[in-house]
Parts: sequence; structure tokens; C-alpha cells
Amino acid sequence: MRTVTSSDIADRVAEMVVRANRFLPPDVLTAINRAKGNESSPSGKEILGQLEENAALARESGLPLCQDTGMAVFFVELGEQCRVEGASLREAITQGMVRGYQDGLLRKSMCHPLTRKNTGDNTPAVIHVDLVEGDGLKIFFMAKGGGSENMSRVTMLSPAQGWKGIKEFVINRVAEAGPNPCPPTMLGIGIGGSFELAPRLAKQALLRPLDQPHPDPEIARMEQELLDEINTLGIGPMGLGGDTTCLGVRISMAPCHIASLPLAVNVQCHSARHEEVEL
Amino acid sequence: MSKEYRLQAPLRDEDVIKLKVGDRVLLSGIIYTARDAAHKKIIQALESGSELPFPLKGAVIYYVGPSPAPEGRPIGSAGPTTSYRMDSYTPRLHSLGVKATIGKGKRSQDVKDALVRHNAVYFGATGGAGALLSQRIESSKIIAFNDLGPEAVRELVVRDFPLLVVNDAFGGELYAKPNLPD
Repeated sequence: MRTVTSSDIADRVAEMVVRANRFLPPDVLTAINRAKGNESSPSGKEILGQLEENAALARESGLPLCQDTGMAVFFVELGEQCRVEGASLREAITQGMVRGYQDGLLRKSMCHPLTRKNTGDNTPAVIHVDLVEGDGLKIFFMAKGGGSENMSRVTMLSPAQGWKGIKEFVINRVAEAGPNPCPPTMLGIGIGGSFELAPRLAKQALLRPLDQPHPDPEIARMEQELLDEINTLGIGPMGLGGDTTCLGVRISMAPCHIASLPLAVNVQCHSARHEEVEL
Repeated sequence: MSKEYRLQAPLRDEDVIKLKVGDRVLLSGIIYTARDAAHKKIIQALESGSELPFPLKGAVIYYVGPSPAPEGRPIGSAGPTTSYRMDSYTPRLHSLGVKATIGKGKRSQDVKDALVRHNAVYFGATGGAGALLSQRIESSKIIAFNDLGPEAVRELVVRDFPLLVVNDAFGGELYAKPNLPD
């Protein structure tokens, strides 16, 4: 049994949430830069240039990339042979998140769903824990903005609709969302599982870097097919028209009930902020 | 051909009438922040006849909830939030003199009709470029609803704040229509 202290976890999380909000991941920066080179619309090119400038300014000034510093979403892989000492794992992550959002001058964006009263410290964090083999502890963090989250959808397709139905739903979703989720976006797509598992798969899929295609070549081909079709929609950066509507599609699949075909589309804006730490 | 203008807020009718979809505007002067919760409170204030946080005549409303200001800066990151959530409140505000709103994303037909009826515009700012946009904000002061935290109403002084005319007072629309197969 390996022991990790809750204060170590909190310290690493506090540091990680601030870093994620200031530094755009290298795969996203590379994708934006490449898209700028290929973009035929002058306004699209200009917007992509502004996003690069914004990323450079955030990196240098310490300002967050976007004022919406997000819901704090965590995916945790906890080894069965790893024990957390001190506070509980959830408390440790929450404490670190709260400290990071306070000290790092990040916006507190969580509120009561009906009274809309702000909770004041960005709590609660959304924490998904998976028990895995071994004695490791890996924590993935995503700062998920509200604008792109609002454009996400989950649906229960009929098995007969298959891949064609999936494609139609995803493409219509992107078309309908148009300029709203800050394109160029990234899409996490959960196919299969259950009503609650599909959206989780979709969100988790967004953690896979853009330069890393799905290990299954057939699914990688499907990701590319969807991406190519989405980029013929002409929505473009900020919806002003152009070739760059989406920077990457990432699919995650799981078996489902013989009666069902659950599908979730998690839309992520270009400011795809995520980080991970290993303890 | 799109044009470029430098305008001073609050805006006058003659400023708005010349703007066409796709024009670029560098806006300076005083603008007010308000997003979801603040809009609800402003409409409640109108209904109960209580004092409004700022004069609506000529006003420019920026849909933003900034991040906290670092020491020595007036404001943190401050880019636009998605506008459609304010659609149900916007026509009434235009009827009372608000001349422009700043946000990102599509507006409802009711809002577009209100722009035509009341000679007003909807500006787009680049979403997700909040660090960059904050450099054009010279001062920020909370003037109402402090309890709303990031959603409080702020008076901002901006200089050359970069905007695009997305919907003008003539019913025009800048956003691209997606090429969907029939």
C-alpha cells in the first residue's frame, strides 16, 4: 500500500488549476497555428491570430486565457493500492481547487440552479473517480466553460440509425450551435454506454490531445470523417465564415444495451484548458 | 465594403444609423457590464419602478463577467459571454434607449426586430480572447448588485475596444449560414 497525503494532493491541484487557465495546451496551439495557415477567410485568419496573441499574453501576464475559468471538472484514476491520508480524496481536490481559484484570481462561476446565488468559491468541483489497478494516483483537470457546455447534447438514438444517424446528429448540433460555443471548437463524442455514461465518455474524450488519433484505426477514420464534414459547414472562427469550424473530433465508445444507441456530444471551445498531475 | 469607425459611448442615433453589418468599430468611453442575473434584476427594477443602475439612454451593455483584477490592473480577463441568454430582456432595454449590446453568438428574431425598430446595433467581440480584450479597458467600478459577484454591474471605461457589427439597424446579419445538405 502506498500513501499519499491529502495536503500534497491539494497543493498539486491548486497549482494545476491555475496553470491550466494560463497556458493553452501545446496541441491546441499547434492546431490553431496550422488552421491559420490553411484558413481561406481573411476574418477567420484574423480571429485565429487574435487567439494566438491572447494565448501569448496570458502566458506572459498571468491573466487567465478566458474570463470564464470554468466549472472545475476532475477525472481521477486512483490505484487500488494507493491510500489517501489526512482528508478524503474529494476534500483534498476541493481544497486545492478552491485555493487555486482564489489565489490565482480565477472567476468563481458556480451558483444555485434556481436562486442563481453564487457559491462564492467555485464549489462544488465535478469529480469523477475510477479505481484502477496498481498504486498510482493520476488527476486530470478540465476548466470547462459554460458557453460551450450549453451547446452540448445527449440523445438516445435507435440502433437502426447507426453511424449515419450519429453523423447527422453531430453535424446538425454543430450547425445549430453556429457561432455560440466560440468556434473553432473541439468535439468529444460518447457513443454507447448508458444515458449517464455517454456524456461522461464524451467529456473524457476531450482530454485526448489533438495530435493523438484514436488507437483503433477504424474509430480514428470515423473521427476524421466527421471532422472533414464539419469543416465544410463554413461556420468558421467565431461564426464569421471560413474553413476552420472544428479543430478535432474525439470519439470514445462503450458497449450498450441491445435496445439502445446512446450518443453524447460535448462541445469544447477553442480555449481547451486541461492539465494532469501524477502523485 | 466594410468600414471602420471610432465611436464614443454613450452612443447617439447618428452613430448607430451609419453602421452596417461587417463594419469594424473601435469603441471608447463609458459602457456597462450586465449578464444573466443582472439583466433579471434590471427588469425587476423597471417593473417595480426602483432606481436603475445606469441611465439606459444611449447606453452600451457589455455581456461579460470578468475574472478578478490582479494588483495594478483595473480588471482581469474580460471577453464576451454568449448573448442569446439575454434575448428575452433585450428588446425592452432597446425600447428604453439602449443603443448597443456587445457579446458573441446569435440573437433571436425579436432582438433583431428591436434593433430595426429602435435604431440599435449588436456588436460581436472575439470570444475566448479575454486577456487580450482586457487591455482595452482602462477602469472598472462596481455600481450595482455587488452580491452577484462576477455578475455584478460594472461601469467600464474603454479605449478603442475592438468590435464587429453583427446585426445592424437594417436587419442585416453577419454570421455565416451553415452549408447543410438538403
